[in-house]
Amino acid sequence: MSIFLRRLGGFYQYRFLMEQLVVKDIKLKYRRSFLGYLWSILNPLMIMVIMVIVFSSMFSSSIENFPVYLIIGQTLFNFMNESTFQAITSITGNAALLKKTYVPKYVFTVSKVTSSFVNTLFSMGAMIIVFIACRVTFNVYYLLIPLVLLQEYVFCLGLGMLLAQGAVFFRDIQYIYNAITTAWMYLTPLFYPIDMLPDGLRKGIELFNPMYFYVTEFRQIVLDCRIPDPALIMAGTMAALLLLAAGTWAFLRTQDKFILYI
Amino acid sequence: MTAKDDVVIKATDVTVRFNMASEKIDNLKEYFVKLVKRQLMFQEFFALKDVSIEIRKGEAWGLIGTNGAGKSTLLKVICGILKPYRGNVEVNGSVAPLIELGAGFDGELTARENIYLNGAVLGYSKNFMDNHYDEIVDFAELWEFMDMPIKNYSSGMAARLGFSIATIVRPEILIVDEILSVGDMAFQEKCMDRMQEMLKGGTTLLYVSHGMKSVRELCDHALWLKKGETVLKGDAETVCTAYEKSFDLNI
Repeated sequence: MSIFLRRLGGFYQYRFLMEQLVVKDIKLKYRRSFLGYLWSILNPLMIMVIMVIVFSSMFSSSIENFPVYLIIGQTLFNFMNESTFQAITSITGNAALLKKTYVPKYVFTVSKVTSSFVNTLFSMGAMIIVFIACRVTFNVYYLLIPLVLLQEYVFCLGLGMLLAQGAVFFRDIQYIYNAITTAWMYLTPLFYPIDMLPDGLRKGIELFNPMYFYVTEFRQIVLDCRIPDPALIMAGTMAALLLLAAGTWAFLRTQDKFILYI
Repeated sequence: MTAKDDVVIKATDVTVRFNMASEKIDNLKEYFVKLVKRQLMFQEFFALKDVSIEIRKGEAWGLIGTNGAGKSTLLKVICGILKPYRGNVEVNGSVAPLIELGAGFDGELTARENIYLNGAVLGYSKNFMDNHYDEIVDFAELWEFMDMPIKNYSSGMAARLGFSIATIVRPEILIVDEILSVGDMAFQEKCMDRMQEMLKGGTTLLYVSHGMKSVRELCDHALWLKKGETVLKGDAETVCTAYEKSFDLNI
């Protein structure tokens, strides 16, 4: 317990570093680009337009408000994708700093996931534009959206820590993970309706794909104007906490050996 | 002087082991070849062997020895960057590590942004940095270069900035690792002055250098390491003289 409190204290002491690292990532992302932060909105919009053109003839008849359906899935999945890829190299990429001075190592992983999160918040601007263009009516359940985002953030944090510590010992992880996320993307109903899938596969996704939980919760709020299924909320929260526990455990267990491998 | 709480750094029998074989095997084929030849786990390397040191408040210790003797390793153990394989280290007080100036500078950011980032790495608060910003730039004498990305700085300029940031507080323990060699003479003098001023204020100093002159000037104690083992420790003058003598004999 005292260890836990001490760690929280350390976290509080280094909050300024965390803030600086997040600000640095965001500042550098678009530095010296003409449109700057506008890219966070333009980029998802352009990709969405392309996807709508490509897929609308295939799926749009079975999905109401296809652009909205698409951009919700795309934004949430992109956050997971970006944050975990950034997290993988968060320890190895800061080797110079970690070798030279004492800083709690998790700060780098947490800050990478957080800066991706902030970036995702920017790109929600694109989402709002699509909502307005497609005449989605806003409802009171939108107040639950932060909860969905929080679930996903915690999930990504856990997954990021797990990957970051693994990548210190086996650099191959980042390449393997690339293949995994591609499969993961196709196994998440981002641009197709889930009932198109054969029963077995659909059951598997509905039970074990956390991204399905988050995307579906979000869509139920926006498209169905209702509180997400309690079962989904439970599953999403459980997945997030489970990953956070596993990630933190693995990270703390191996962190003293990082210095010998980076 | 003998009071127990005077001891700020206490290292007992510190041993640091690196597993040489664990690095630089980057493909499976090589791994198996080494495994078959039984070369895999053989190369254990002790960077430090049973080094003990007790440092009291206000003392200035010089660490001397040839390259690879374990000086920087010892500093890293004291800073908490490395965990010892055996033995333990107790540190009472805030440590300002100047192991490499400007560790944590990001080349793409401007100097102004880097001052805040580096301050954060050292654990300072935002308020503190706001209040001391002017003082830092004054000491580094780099007013006109504050909006330039650090990647365009010379190593000397970056070192000036790094030193200014790290010594802006009066840390209880200051750790300095051969960093002043890049600055020009005037700045080196300035750094020496500041370190001496800090010593007078009760800061404990750990100083690594190959220049015996600066060790004698700054330190009252010294520790001579050779291949991870303590050769001699004690009064700075005695240890430095012995160290210099060992060179004369070798040559």
